[in-house]
Amino acid sequence: MSKQAQHWEKTRGLLFVTLAIWFVFSIGIFLFGAEMEASSIRPFGYPLSYYMTCQGSLGIFVILIFWFAGRQEKIDEEFGFSEREDD
Amino acid sequence: MFKGNFINNLPKIYGTYTGGFIVFIILMAIAEQAGMSAKVIGICFVAFTVLIYALIGYLSRTIQVDAYYLAGRQVPTVFNGMATAADWMSGASFVAMAGGIYFKGYGYMALLVGWTGGYVLVASLLAPYLRKFGCYTVPDFIGTRYGGNLARLSAVIVLTVASFTYVTAQINATGTIASVALDIPFNIAVYVGLASILMCSMLGGMRAVTWTQVAQYIVLIIAYLIPVFWISNKMGAGVFPHLMLADEVARIAELEAQFGLGSVKNSAADLKQVPKGLSGITKAHAEVNTTPWKFISLAVCMMAGTASLPHVMMRYFTTPSVKAARRSVGWSLFFIFLLYSSAPMLATLSKLSLMDPNLATGIIGKSISEVQAIDWYQNWNQANLMFVSDFNGNGTLELNEFFMGGKAVVLATPEIAGLPYVISGLVAAGGMAAAMSTADGLVLAISNALSHDIYYKMINPKAETAKRLLIARILLVLIGFAGATIAALEIQGILGSVIWAFDFAMSGLFFPLVLGVWWKRANAQGAVAGMLGGLAAGTAYLIAVRSGYPGFLDITQLTFGIVGSVVSLVLMIVVSLATKAPDAATQKMVDDVRVPSGKAILGRQH
Repeated sequence: MSKQAQHWEKTRGLLFVTLAIWFVFSIGIFLFGAEMEASSIRPFGYPLSYYMTCQGSLGIFVILIFWFAGRQEKIDEEFGFSEREDD
Repeated sequence: MFKGNFINNLPKIYGTYTGGFIVFIILMAIAEQAGMSAKVIGICFVAFTVLIYALIGYLSRTIQVDAYYLAGRQVPTVFNGMATAADWMSGASFVAMAGGIYFKGYGYMALLVGWTGGYVLVASLLAPYLRKFGCYTVPDFIGTRYGGNLARLSAVIVLTVASFTYVTAQINATGTIASVALDIPFNIAVYVGLASILMCSMLGGMRAVTWTQVAQYIVLIIAYLIPVFWISNKMGAGVFPHLMLADEVARIAELEAQFGLGSVKNSAADLKQVPKGLSGITKAHAEVNTTPWKFISLAVCMMAGTASLPHVMMRYFTTPSVKAARRSVGWSLFFIFLLYSSAPMLATLSKLSLMDPNLATGIIGKSISEVQAIDWYQNWNQANLMFVSDFNGNGTLELNEFFMGGKAVVLATPEIAGLPYVISGLVAAGGMAAAMSTADGLVLAISNALSHDIYYKMINPKAETAKRLLIARILLVLIGFAGATIAALEIQGILGSVIWAFDFAMSGLFFPLVLGVWWKRANAQGAVAGMLGGLAAGTAYLIAVRSGYPGFLDITQLTFGIVGSVVSLVLMIVVSLATKAPDAATQKMVDDVRVPSGKAILGRQH
């Protein structure tokens, strides 16, 4: 397999992981709104359903994007596809 | 002044700017103590900030194509994040979001999740690849990737429909704030707002818009956070409201039960007295009050819409590299998060201020005549944003007898909580910044698509730089005026039309963009079918639902993008597979887009 094909395979793998995490926190947990509300897990004392919509999911998305960017940079470096700084 | 080492000096320049703005706030506070009237303070805040933006717009003037369309591709990651955040957070986010949460609670929060979750899609599916492509506009990508003027034209059509729906709402918001702050009639204020918007973008295109948006972000975030922290501390609710309002949320639930929320209903005749646009609290503050599907379908539409709205996407064309584009998405979302995570806190503080009889500011349970005598009640009642009426005739204000406009949560809470007027002036300046920055981005997205994709790429490919930029500027002014004219008619609410814009963008552009990068087999015929078919299906569903069709699967006029995008996806796959595969050159182009290194597909000047 060519270098480029390998690079793309890894990139795709990272995309699936990223989208899976995204799916859980943007869609998955909200299938269980009522259960979250009744849950005894209460971040900072807020009901879990309230907390996830106010801060929880939002914060996770921020972290997820930075994590994704870091991983993708590693993949690009591994295959020598990262950009020169002066580019 | 800002020449030469401008980029390296950015932290210093914006640091000075922020310091200067804070000094200005302090000066205004002193002036207020010295007896300056509320009116004059409001005028000073709005006029001063708008003049600064205009100055930045003037200093960023340019006669180069890549500076006009791409800000010279040298916007550093963090600053592009701030500019995107300002571009993104509209007058609706700033003025209406906390109000939406205040009145609708959990069901409304789907918008928060959707408007942030969409950035994960932007970062992982699109932004880095479109940056590598090197396009000037979103239709530029579609036109080059799929080939042919028809694909380009279809993309321009979708872009224009979505962005234009959005921009009228923003110009409307600019006009609303200008008319309140400057005390002029709305239909004149709309044009004052328009003039300010054009001053920021006309001379310098994307470059000017970038640097004014950074300045606008700083104003809007200061204006949003100061009141939230101040009120929370003043109330003794917590030094850091975001982590400390759990007791207040619980207290609201307690009061809701005590005041009989949901059990006491207003009769239709009573509700007729309430001025249009005002509503009472009818939904519990923190309870899960909607079905999972309603929540998720709205969130999904906002997410896919986020990834398809051209004025956001084009911000990532301005970064120096693909790597920077990716990181920049993270910064954008971080800066957006600062405001979005504060909106529910503001809604909580605002509601508790009004509801809790133990607080000096609480009005529920007081006598009607006492409430009617309060200064701020009289002001906001006059502005048509507050209303009380003694429906049950017991002389006491009940929870179901108090009505407020959504905007009042942001605009009036500082005054209700007893903050000095200088804060209200600051909030007006913040709202103006939010609405202007989004309007700028949108007007530029439309006029760039028309000038670059229609005029230069399709009508007159031989046009010289000077002529291209002249056309771009003329279109900018024309589109601004068209937007303002429609805004002056006031035919649609701010928030509703914003949500429509997302659905339109999602219907026509989401899959053609994503598959352009992720599916090599996608071809021009498929893309055109996807764009036009998706847009047509979405629009048809919207019209049908609005004219009484009950719809299916609980898809409403706020989520019609689901219909549009599914039709778009199916058409794109079926038509692509039924027609010839893209040629080798196109396939090679897609391969090149997928690796960050190497030359951009389209040159700096094209």
